[in-house]
Formats: sequence, C-alpha cells, structure tokens
Amino acid sequence: MAADSKLTKLQRPQAKLQKSSLFRQSLRKLMHNKLAVSGFGVVVFMFVLCFIGPFFSPYTDNKINMAMMNKAPNLTHWLGTDALGRDILTRVMQAGRISLTVGLASMVLSVLLGALLGAIAGYYRGLADQIIMRVADLLMTIPGLPLLFIFGALLSEWKIPTDYRMYIVMLMLSIVNWPGLARMVRGQMLSLREREFMQAAVVLGLRDRRKLFGHLLPNIVPLLIVMATLNIGGAILSESVLSFFGLGVMPPTPTWGNMIDAANNMIDFQDHPWLWIPPGLSIFATVIAINIFGDGLRDVLDPKQKR
Amino acid sequence: MSEALLEVNHLKKYFPVTQGLLGRTVGHVKAVDDISIRLEPGETFGLVGESGSGKSTVGRTILRLTEKTDGEVKFKGVDIHSLSPSEMRLLRPRMQLIFQDPYSALNPRVRVGDAIGEALLDHGLCPKSEVRGLVLEALEACGLSSYHIDRFPHEFSGGQRQRIGIARALILNPDLIIADEPVSALDVSIQAQIINLFSRLQQSKGLTYLFISHDLSVVEHLCTRIGVMYLGSMVETAARDELFRQPLHPYTKALLSAVPVPIPKLKRERIVLKGDIPSPANPPSGCKFHTRCPFAVDVCAAEIPVFRDAGGGHFVACHLA
Repeated sequence: MAADSKLTKLQRPQAKLQKSSLFRQSLRKLMHNKLAVSGFGVVVFMFVLCFIGPFFSPYTDNKINMAMMNKAPNLTHWLGTDALGRDILTRVMQAGRISLTVGLASMVLSVLLGALLGAIAGYYRGLADQIIMRVADLLMTIPGLPLLFIFGALLSEWKIPTDYRMYIVMLMLSIVNWPGLARMVRGQMLSLREREFMQAAVVLGLRDRRKLFGHLLPNIVPLLIVMATLNIGGAILSESVLSFFGLGVMPPTPTWGNMIDAANNMIDFQDHPWLWIPPGLSIFATVIAINIFGDGLRDVLDPKQKR
Repeated sequence: MSEALLEVNHLKKYFPVTQGLLGRTVGHVKAVDDISIRLEPGETFGLVGESGSGKSTVGRTILRLTEKTDGEVKFKGVDIHSLSPSEMRLLRPRMQLIFQDPYSALNPRVRVGDAIGEALLDHGLCPKSEVRGLVLEALEACGLSSYHIDRFPHEFSGGQRQRIGIARALILNPDLIIADEPVSALDVSIQAQIINLFSRLQQSKGLTYLFISHDLSVVEHLCTRIGVMYLGSMVETAARDELFRQPLHPYTKALLSAVPVPIPKLKRERIVLKGDIPSPANPPSGCKFHTRCPFAVDVCAAEIPVFRDAGGGHFVACHLA
C-alpha cells in the first residue's frame, strides 16, 4: 500500500509535465545554449540601460554647458562630455532608446508586411503571386544602401520636421527589408501546401481561413521568429549608418549613429575618443548579442536552416 | 437494385507529360484508364494491384483531390465532379480518406484534439462546447486514451497516429471511408490491431469502405468484394470467396500464387511474373498484361479484351477466361 501511494506521487508531476507546449519545449532547449542565453542577457541589459537608465541621470535636460566642453571621463561625467558640454553616458542611453525603438519597430513592420505578402503569394499563387513577387524582385535589384541614401536626401530636401523623421526612417527600413522575408515565407508556403496534412485539410473540407491560420502559419512562426530577431540587428545597423551620414534621425535627437558622427573630424577622433567609443561599442555589443541570440534561436526552432 | 452509395463510371485520369521550356505536352501517363466501381452501403470493396497500378489515384480522384480527365463519380446519385467548390466543401464530411503515411498526414504543430475536432467546428456540425466531448468519444472509439487529447503528433507511435487519423475521419460520421493503404506503413502486429479496428468500426457504425491495398491477406480478411487493378485498368472484380477460390484472370492467379502460406512444404503451383510493370505512359497494345502473361496468345496483343460478366457478378477482362 505504501509503495502504491509512493508510485502515484511519483507519476503525478510527470503527467503534469507531459502537457507541455511546443513553445516550452523549445524554451528548455534554448536554455541549454549558453551563448544564446548570454546574448539575450546583453540585449536585455541594453534595453534596461537605455529605457530606465536615464531616469537616474541628473543630465537628462541636455543643457548646453560651455564650462564642461569635451571633458574626459571623470567622477561627475562617467563617460565625459561632448562639444556642447552634454553628458555622454546620458546621451548614449537616450540614443539607445531611439536606436532600439527604430530597430524593433521597423522589424515588426517588415515582418508583418513580408509575412502577409509572402503568405498571400505562396498560398493563392497565380496573379497575386506574380504581382507581389515581381515588386519584391524589383526592390531587391536596387542596392539597399543607396536607396536609403536617396530616401534620406529626399527627406532633407522636403524639409520634413525632425520629429517625424524617426518614423519615416522606420518605414524606409521596412520597405527595404520586406522582400527578403516575403520570399522566405512564400517558399515555405509553397512547400507546406504540398504536404500530406494539407491534403487531409482539403478532404476534411476546412475553410481557407483555418488552413491558412490554423495549419500553415503555425509552421512558419519559428522561421519568422528567427528572421525577426536577426532583422532587428540589421535595422539598428542601417539606422546608424543613415544617421552617421546625417540622413537618418537628425540632431539634437541623439542616436548611436549620429553620435559616432563625432569621429568625423581628426581632432575629435584622436584626442576625444570618449565621444565616439561609447556609442560605437553600444552598437557593436547590441548587434552582436542580437545575432548570437538569433543564431541560438535558429538552432532550436529551425534546425534545417543550419548550415 | 438499391441505390449505390458510390458509383464510379468509366473514370479516367491522365497526367500530361510535358517537355521542353514551353511545357509542350508530349504524351499522357494513363494512371487511371476506364475504371468502374459500384459500392453498396455497408460493404467493403478491396482494390488491389502492384505499385504503380493506379490504385491510389483512383481513391484521390474519387475524392476530388485531383480532377478527373473523363468519366463520372456519383456519390449518393450526385455527380461530385460537377459540384462547385462550396457545394463540394459541404459534401466533404460525408466521404473521408485515411492516409497511407500516418507521419505526414498530421500537422506537427496542431494538437491531436484540435486536429480531430477542427472539422466539426468548421462545418458547424456541433456547438463549440460539445466538441471536446465528441473528440474524447472518437479517441476512445479508436483505442486511444482521453489524456492523449492535448498532445502533439510527434509524441505518438505510428500505430497510434494511424488511430488518430481514423478518429479524425470518424468524428464526422462519414458514409464512405476511403482507406489508402492504411496499414502498409505499420509493422505486422500493429497492422492486425488497425485492421481489427476497421472491422469493429464498420460493425458499430455501418461504414462503407473502399480499401486500397497491395496486401492480399489483409484484403481477404476485411473485404466483401475485391477488384484487381493492373496498369490503370480493372482486370477482375468478384466477391471475395469467389475470387480466392476461382481466379479467372492470369494476373490475379499470379498474385494469389504469390501470397505466402504458413506451411512451407506445401507444394503449390507458382506463377512467376517476369519483368516490371510497363510504363503507364506507353502501355502495351491490346491486353495491357500480354507482355508478362504466361498464357498470352496472338489475339492478346491485338485486341483489348472486354470487361465482361463471367457469371454471378464475377467480372473479368481476358480473352482466355
């Protein structure tokens, strides 16, 4: 009898574990990948630093202080000050807010756009497929960076208010990014719709809506998560490049890209390295952490993609 | 004569063979070439033949998974190939398919309970609150347990997955189930369980089966009538006992002589067929079987034999029988 109750006690929690979702199974596998977890840690750290950090800084008003121009790192200004006497650490954090937001938002936009258009093209084929994929091909034949430069130059030409530029930059980045995603999703759709379980769905007489959202999309979600993650890094880089050239988000709104602009002249580059090293390192650390995390995600969610 | 549940008349399915950049049609693979089947309610019709004889294509064309080339398929008197997509969708629950490969027939990302219940919901066959109860009922009818309902397909063995596939078809209360080699991907001990499940379900629900298989012993156990296919055409149809006692077509004789028997020392007359099944893109003239037939005479290569009644509902297409 005693042994019996022990047995049931042993079996109970296991039965509970059995009802696990695919998400939890993947999460458990991901936790074993130390590199990916540390990558995720760095990303979370950057987010916390940028979004909460400024609340603890006494210099958030960015007041110009002529007495404190170009000071090297010291106890009151941990990372020094810039040419206008503003605290670098505070500006790096504030810039991070913009850069990370632009990265995230443009990723969400391009994934939505790419997944939707790719899914339509792959599922319905025919004319819709032709139109969507030819537009995607067209966008992909134009090199991304020059295209962004032209967009950026146009924005300056049309004198778009600086407040709006941030949103327009997000839009620009997603317009350049969606064709690649759409292609991936379309390819997946084409292969999935020929699978036998989709024939089973036909025999069961399921509606298109359920076939698309109940059967096809869940099979694409892992790929989307991986692509989306890797996309954030790319978007942050592109935004930095644009801002570095003065075509993205404009000063005085700080972004990591336009802060590195300080390295544009030789005196600052050599004598005031605290002006450009902190934002540079921030970009480097964030992007590399996102990519490592994305790689780890891919190993877990989409093992076939591994090269 | 009562109305047949399923009536297939002169069904043809040709797949075009294309060549070159422009996809010019250079010929046709005659996967199904003039097949007629009549299924009465409650019976089990076995369709046998070797690989590439077009058995599966018959099943898929009946269900309109592929469009026919010619002929007609009548389900309860309705020509289903003339229905519009929305009418066809409404008819779908009445005829279901069991797949050969239970691994690929289930979506890896859909929970078993959802996979079984979703068609009920989509067709509005029962209120949302009752779906789970019906799914549990179907699971149990197919020999699975209630705690399986929230699991994913990869957590099951091949035999269990086939049971899930059967439950998915069964929950819709179909009149006709087309089983496309449902046991050939399973190992022998599991095959027996699944076959028993098929016959138990037939007794309790009054199902009609079109059972496609290449395994004669399985067909003998389950079917009331059997049709033998060769290269897209029916060569012989007869009641089970009649066919096994007195096969008329040489191809059927060869198939039956190849069935293993449990007494190894028993002396049997083996008819061994030489060569492979010819290409359905370029079938032999006259009787398609004459190239491999041990009894072939001149007329076989020249004239196509008529599929005729040899007495008592035993149909055969052979000049010699």
